[in-house]
Amino acid sequence: MNQPKKKSELDLGAIPFKSSKEYKTGDWGVAHPKIDHSKCTKCTLCHFFCPEGAIKVREDGYTEVDYNYCKGCGICASECPVKCIEMIMKK
Amino acid sequence: MSELSLKELAKKPDLLCPGARLCAGCDEAIIVRLVLKATRGPTIVTNATGCLEVATSSFPYTAWDVPWIHSAFENTAATASGIEAAIKAMKKRKEGPLSTFEKIDVLAFAGDGGTYDIGFQALSGAIERGHDFTYVLLDNEAYMNTGIQRSGATPFTASTTTSPAGKVISGKMETKKPIDEIIIAHGLPYFATLNAAWPLDVVKKTRKSIEIEGPTFLHAIVPCSRGWRYPAEKTIEISRLAVQTCVFPLYEVNYQNGRPIYKLSSPSLSIAKRPESKRPIEDYLKSQGRFNHLFRPEKNVKLLEQIQESVNLKWEILLDKCGF
Amino acid sequence: MGLNGDEAVAYAIKQVNPDVVAAYPITPQTIIVEKFSEYVANGLVDSEFVAVESEHSALSACVGASASGARAYTATAANGLALMWEILYIASGMRQPIVMSVVNRALSGPLNIHNDHSDSMGARDSGWIQIYCENSQEVYDSHIIAWRIAEDLNVQLPIMVCFDGFTISHTMENVYTLNDDIIKAFIGKRTFPKVSGHLGETELRLNPSCPITMGAMDLQDYYFEHKVQQHEALQMALKVITSTENEFSKYSGRNYGLVQGYKMEDAEVALIGIGSAMGTSKYVVNQLRTQGIKAGLIKIRTYRPFPKEALIEAIGDCSTIGIIEKTLSFGTTGGPLYQDIKSALYDYNKKPTIVGFVHGLGGRDTSPENLIQTYQKLIKIKDKNERISTLQYIGLRE
Repeated sequence: MNQPKKKSELDLGAIPFKSSKEYKTGDWGVAHPKIDHSKCTKCTLCHFFCPEGAIKVREDGYTEVDYNYCKGCGICASECPVKCIEMIMKK
Repeated sequence: MSELSLKELAKKPDLLCPGARLCAGCDEAIIVRLVLKATRGPTIVTNATGCLEVATSSFPYTAWDVPWIHSAFENTAATASGIEAAIKAMKKRKEGPLSTFEKIDVLAFAGDGGTYDIGFQALSGAIERGHDFTYVLLDNEAYMNTGIQRSGATPFTASTTTSPAGKVISGKMETKKPIDEIIIAHGLPYFATLNAAWPLDVVKKTRKSIEIEGPTFLHAIVPCSRGWRYPAEKTIEISRLAVQTCVFPLYEVNYQNGRPIYKLSSPSLSIAKRPESKRPIEDYLKSQGRFNHLFRPEKNVKLLEQIQESVNLKWEILLDKCGF
Repeated sequence: MGLNGDEAVAYAIKQVNPDVVAAYPITPQTIIVEKFSEYVANGLVDSEFVAVESEHSALSACVGASASGARAYTATAANGLALMWEILYIASGMRQPIVMSVVNRALSGPLNIHNDHSDSMGARDSGWIQIYCENSQEVYDSHIIAWRIAEDLNVQLPIMVCFDGFTISHTMENVYTLNDDIIKAFIGKRTFPKVSGHLGETELRLNPSCPITMGAMDLQDYYFEHKVQQHEALQMALKVITSTENEFSKYSGRNYGLVQGYKMEDAEVALIGIGSAMGTSKYVVNQLRTQGIKAGLIKIRTYRPFPKEALIEAIGDCSTIGIIEKTLSFGTTGGPLYQDIKSALYDYNKKPTIVGFVHGLGGRDTSPENLIQTYQKLIKIKDKNERISTLQYIGLRE
């Protein structure tokens, strides 16, 4: 963890200087989704329903979870029309 | 409008970045991601104080890859007025970076507290003055950021921390303020309701509201797992139930020749066409802990009937307006 | 030209031609917005005029506009300023160089529309620069230089230009105006400080080319540092006010200073105050001088930041001082001016006798006779070598 900046190092106006992407929320949840691409129809709904934007659509049309940010809410698994997403308890 | 397909929208990078500190399963984040996917170009966002604001702008971090400003709780529409006036002034004078863009859209996000209650005056004033901006109401039906206190948007009988269900009072005894009717009565060019369970509908309505000149208003229902007391994975399911039970119908309103033209959106339209598909309000209520006292220790048939009648009446009035 | 204080403001703002003016009417500020609306209606300015639905929204719209890079102006008084309260701190915390006229009026309740300083004095700790004017000329000049002070890259803070309701706002005086070209050249374009946002270095403004986040939540980790930065910027304004006034005086021939001493060189008794009462006080000083009484006067023009050094210099060797002010600070030792001056002099080795006087609340007239009596009171105190720590009132029926 970096030391917080000093007054003299801060710009005026309290403008955030870091992207939230540097703040990983992947350890929040107790379970994480696992997508079974063999059943996936590439509907991409899980990408739209993910509150974190942690489910990306790949070039090949399949979706993929970024575990750095997934908070494990389970909406994707709950909403998948073909039930190809399973929530796996973290060890 | 080819880009407004889910396939194309999926490629558009999120302007609300990951790493925000909203609760797991937060519907606000889903709606905001969708709304931002609907932007057509340069956009400035203003945000009322609330969950969305605190969870996305915790110094030194920010989740916003758009120019974004938070000022206070009740002044979102006034802040948007100032931004819009500045854009107009600088374009007119051909001065500054804002004048270099052909069009800059202004989006305002506020919760139900910031809209129904404390921000109501500023909102009404901004709509009356006709500023060109899109106001997105993220309605989770209570003050969630301060710990689930009742607001003007809290529905009848919902239990909150300031309208708790007790031995003699069954939650909030007043009904939800009819914000849609009040906003529509301003005669603004476009109004629509949003529900994250229908992502493409959200995006299309948002794009339409952005493209229309003048003040436009989007009312999104945003279930809150903490405040409504349900498991986080049910956010979309409960959101969908709000439409299926007709407690939160999806529709839009355009003013044409001075008359409001109401139009049901397809999820609600199909219920209008097949009334038997309308689900009982109990399905919606029993899915949420905030209505537990209506079912336990024994079912409160009287209140449940009262709620169902109220939903029916409001739905019928809307159907009338939509020409059914 | 013949202008009342409000008209002088409207005329100055017309010449400045800010990008956005957002205002709400309130007596005695109303003439400013009416006059400015006429300028807009007649195409004499091309500012975006936003006739908002409250003062809270007036200042909120100014914050939104200013954050978008616009020059933003508003005007208010009394209860209107009170309604803006929350946004005062937000504007200064966000470092937005908004210019606001405060046409000083007594705060409710009970309702009163006349002049005192209870409105803006309450806002003395809001992080805004505060300048108080004595007459319409000063009002006009201050509304020009205000922009340069607020927008200075070492300052970047909002500014209130305060002047007395009715006494100045509605009283016709001869005001020397400068021509539009001089004003335009003097004001120049707004400049912006550089900041490092999360997407790179850019200017402190909302710009889709390099988005920044303004008004972030700022907790235990950084709020303290940001507040001290604000304090330092406000202190810095002392220098900037002086240098800006010096530069302006080249065009106008008028230079007011942070504080103005009047016949203080050999003064044995003096009053210190602000606003229009200073004009009457000068008249009284002249009268007393003809009677051989060594009376003096110090007008505080810049009240925030507090001009401690300039004040001490102006006091010089004067041994007995009365602070006259139109604000009661309920339940304290005196008015805010009295408290500030007394604390400024605590470490000063000469320690003059200081007596606090409150006058003119709710527009009560302070006559030359009232002021003569006040000076006489000071002379008596001086002769008896008394110390009076209880608050005195001028013109109160006790």
